[in-house]
Amino acid sequence: MSTQGIRGKAAIVGVGISEHGEVPGWSHFELMAQAVERACADAGIKSKDIDGVFAAITPSGLPVSMVSEYLGLQPKVLEGTMLGGSSFVNFLSWAALALDAGLCEVALITYGSNARSSKRRPGGDLVPYESPFGPRLVDGYAMAAARHMYQYGTKREHLAEVAVAARAWARLNPKAMMRDPLTIEDALKSRMIADPLTLLDCCLITDGAGAIIMTRAERAKDYPNKPVYILGAAAEHSHMQIAQMRDLTVTAAARSGPRAFAMAGLKPTDMSLAMLYDAFTINTILFLEDLGFCKKGEGGAFVSGGTIAPGGRLAVNTNGGGLSCLHPGMYGIFLIAEAAIQLRGLAGERQVAGAATAVVHGNGGTLSTQVTAVLGTAETL
Amino acid sequence: MSDKPTPAPIANPGPDMIYQQALAAGMFKIQHCAGCNAYVFYPRHLCPECGSAKLEWVQASGKGTVYTTTMVRQRPEAGGNKNLCVVELAEGPRLMSRVEGIAADEVKIDMAVTAEIVGSGEEPKFIVFRAEAKQ
Ligand SMILES: [Zn+2]
Repeated sequence: MSTQGIRGKAAIVGVGISEHGEVPGWSHFELMAQAVERACADAGIKSKDIDGVFAAITPSGLPVSMVSEYLGLQPKVLEGTMLGGSSFVNFLSWAALALDAGLCEVALITYGSNARSSKRRPGGDLVPYESPFGPRLVDGYAMAAARHMYQYGTKREHLAEVAVAARAWARLNPKAMMRDPLTIEDALKSRMIADPLTLLDCCLITDGAGAIIMTRAERAKDYPNKPVYILGAAAEHSHMQIAQMRDLTVTAAARSGPRAFAMAGLKPTDMSLAMLYDAFTINTILFLEDLGFCKKGEGGAFVSGGTIAPGGRLAVNTNGGGLSCLHPGMYGIFLIAEAAIQLRGLAGERQVAGAATAVVHGNGGTLSTQVTAVLGTAETL
Repeated sequence: MSDKPTPAPIANPGPDMIYQQALAAGMFKIQHCAGCNAYVFYPRHLCPECGSAKLEWVQASGKGTVYTTTMVRQRPEAGGNKNLCVVELAEGPRLMSRVEGIAADEVKIDMAVTAEIVGSGEEPKFIVFRAEAKQ
């Protein structure tokens, strides 16, 4: 048996989510600070206790410095690797390593965005051999969905199942932005954006911020909350530009997932819930397959009949996801927040009974970066 | 207030400039790796398959098939619906492009297509594709 990596070495002890949805008049750093305020209150610490800052906030060029200045911190560890929406799941590894090595004592992972109110659209990296065609972020995902349909017979009805399941979860979350009932028929009738993806196959564009406080495992019990431990984590990449992706039906989650599960010593079937970055409905199907919840090509059949909806066999995106809860540009931090809320048993009406383990899967770029983490309660250590 | 001096031509340009210059001269060139025999697009300094620097320029066949495709929905005043696709060249590499000459909703996966160089004026040229005539 080789190294257990970062298994059980660090824990989440505080979670904060800002006001979200539509929050006019608030900048992304103001929303970030509100999330940090709430995470610190949750963890029972003062913001000045933070000595490690892990942040990615677009369009700031030096987001870690800006966050630290804004919060009046002089952190000993500053980390801002930009992987897109998966950045925050990636920070879990580096924060755990820094904490375990004693480089810092209290790590903050944070993100904030006023994408909705500022009308600034996420994405927009100019990629040299694709920019003449002006692809939008959605177009790359649409082409992945088209290829999945071609190879495996996946249908628009399967995509619609994902949107309907996310909405059903959102209806149990008073903080979710979209809470009106949604049927498969409604989703199928929605306006086409890029074939085969309709408006309801696309994530929301909202305002919002999140903050996660982490400490070394041996200190975690000193905080007021049930600690949520990092059991495994792994990052992978397959391409930057969509045309360079070797197989549009297989993401690098097929490599990050097994590595994260191996570090945790757990399997997909051991998971109480799965938080999968649903920027578009096809993502959920791809990640269910690539993380090993079903075979490649069977994701459409897997989600059919409410499997991932409340009451189904697998609880997926219990906050309502990027599709129905919130999506302020880079959503990864909210996957972690919801998993931690569930593992602490604080999810209210949407609580998954007895939740002890969660897989959190972040996606960045156009299916480009894939980062998986496995989280668990003290009983799973 | 004098005219700007014409910059001297670059003696030893990098792969991207060589590619663009070939396109401007009406040639679609891709790279072939002497190290591993792979064809490479987009233009690189090192082969992404094997890491070799022995990349040589070859004329692309221009033949390819549509690997995947979408119809980008736009209002008529914004230019209307348009095709966006990824084409797999006969040599192997893929590139983002669009198929022209047929309606956006007629572009299908596996359709045979042929490259064409487009672009006007000082703007960099780029490759689009035309559907091959039905047999
Ligand atoms: Zn090579």
